[in-house]
Amino acid sequence: MSVLVFAETSEGRFKKIAFEATSYASKIAEMLQTNLVALSINASEPNQLSDYGAAKILNVKNAQLDNFNAKAYADVIKQAAESEGATVVIVDSSSNGLFLAPLVAYNLKAGLASNTVALPSSVAPFVVKRNAFSNKAFCFTELTTSVKVIGLAKNAFGVFENKVESSVEAFNPNLNETDFNITSKEVNKASGKVSIADADIVVSGGRGLKGPENWGMLEELAEVLGAATACSKPVADLDWRPHAEHVGQTGKPVAANLYIAIGISGAIQHLAGINASKVKVVINTDPEAPFFKAADYGIVGDAFEVVPQLVEKLKAFKQNNA
Amino acid sequence: MKILVCISHVPDTTSKINFTEADTKFDTTGVQFVINPHDEYALTRAIWFKEKQGASITVVTVGNQSVEPTLRKCLAIGADDAIRVDAEPKEAFFVAEQLSAVVKQGAFDLVLAGRESLDYNGGMVPGFLAASLNYNFINACIGIEIEGNNATVTREIDGGSEILTTTLPLVVGGQKGLVEEKDLRIPNMRGIMMARKKPLNVVPAVDITPSSKTVSFEKPPLKSACKLIDANNVDELINLLHNEAKVI
Repeated sequence: MSVLVFAETSEGRFKKIAFEATSYASKIAEMLQTNLVALSINASEPNQLSDYGAAKILNVKNAQLDNFNAKAYADVIKQAAESEGATVVIVDSSSNGLFLAPLVAYNLKAGLASNTVALPSSVAPFVVKRNAFSNKAFCFTELTTSVKVIGLAKNAFGVFENKVESSVEAFNPNLNETDFNITSKEVNKASGKVSIADADIVVSGGRGLKGPENWGMLEELAEVLGAATACSKPVADLDWRPHAEHVGQTGKPVAANLYIAIGISGAIQHLAGINASKVKVVINTDPEAPFFKAADYGIVGDAFEVVPQLVEKLKAFKQNNA
Repeated sequence: MKILVCISHVPDTTSKINFTEADTKFDTTGVQFVINPHDEYALTRAIWFKEKQGASITVVTVGNQSVEPTLRKCLAIGADDAIRVDAEPKEAFFVAEQLSAVVKQGAFDLVLAGRESLDYNGGMVPGFLAASLNYNFINACIGIEIEGNNATVTREIDGGSEILTTTLPLVVGGQKGLVEEKDLRIPNMRGIMMARKKPLNVVPAVDITPSSKTVSFEKPPLKSACKLIDANNVDELINLLHNEAKVI
């Protein structure tokens, strides 16, 4: 018996969510009084996972797996879970994690709890708390299968250091030709920009900014904070900003530590997409804007006056706290 | 090409979310149900294939009789026929296996589904379905072209997009981008009249043991009121974010 966590890499380096998933898995192993095994694919420094409680680390080295391929990765995770006798398998909720999780679960004949936000509320029966109804409620789900797969929601648990003695072992899965029925032709990524999915802080603008020419101050604010920029749906529909920046129910979901909404009224569809963020700040001229009901901190004021001030003060703050 | 579009019947986003029976059941009182938005994008893309390249479109959902108006709406928009699997959609694995039986029965070569439903947000059914059928599978699709047996699919990735090629049969978990919002269709009178005559077949469920069950629901604690900060005092905002919220 063991707990297996899949620690995702990007170009050989662990993503932050890999450390979060490993921290979470280490606590579950503790609850089940069993050991934790971490699995990575083509990681350049697999032993980094020992900082988060992974005593045994399996690393797969295989050039065929340099590019993410959901079916092949799911096959590798399944084989590792079987060879380690894992009864609980943890994956993250990145776009890749969401893609492969159902394939892993199905192949292991395991129940899957996606969007899990906390440690199991009980292990016998095995019950986990999950987001549902676009973060307007939680659902307690019991997995009734002998093997369980948990999809850990983004930014739901946190990263906890817990240095342990570890061993790194090579793991050589048997890959099938049919694992590679899907071929990656092209990956388009904005370079040098923080992506909305990976960002701790997201700065988002709405129609209150009046036009695309006014986004300079928002980008400046994002730069000071090391944040990603995003926008409301009307802004994307008006082509003021690219569609990839649209956050909300039909756009990208945001689960950041800090979400700053500038000139966004807070339509229910927008809030549904960003509700999983921990702290929300709104800056809007209209004190009646619905966003003030959802936000933790608010400034009733003109973005064109408030944001430049905020940028200046934050620069000073960052310098003093560097 | 035979396309199956999987439809979820979900509460409208503006619905109040409440629970009954000691927080074990979703309270549908006064709730307006709609086609799951991600599924609507998938259906509209299917109609595009039908009109431009020739295809038949079947829509399917798992549910009791109350979901039929949602299926009729899909028929009014442009699907050719509909299937209702007569069962409570207990959980994702159960639903996926029901859909799998429908796909096998109808020999569909392209299965389009929304990446997740807006009620339980599980995002599990498309992947389970593909695994059950051993079909190719691509999730979070924002574009799809089909030529003969070959598919070129764009999927959303964190911070960008990826273009993939594969072959039919294929299951797609789709979202906005498959078509744009302006391309979505509102049923017109002719469509609604025709939809009444299109077949809506009710099929019995296959016997499947669920892999999970819902124990209970819980609403998040009421949020404390928003702290208002004077527009001329952004220092106070920085102070609160640093010392109280500890996010900067």
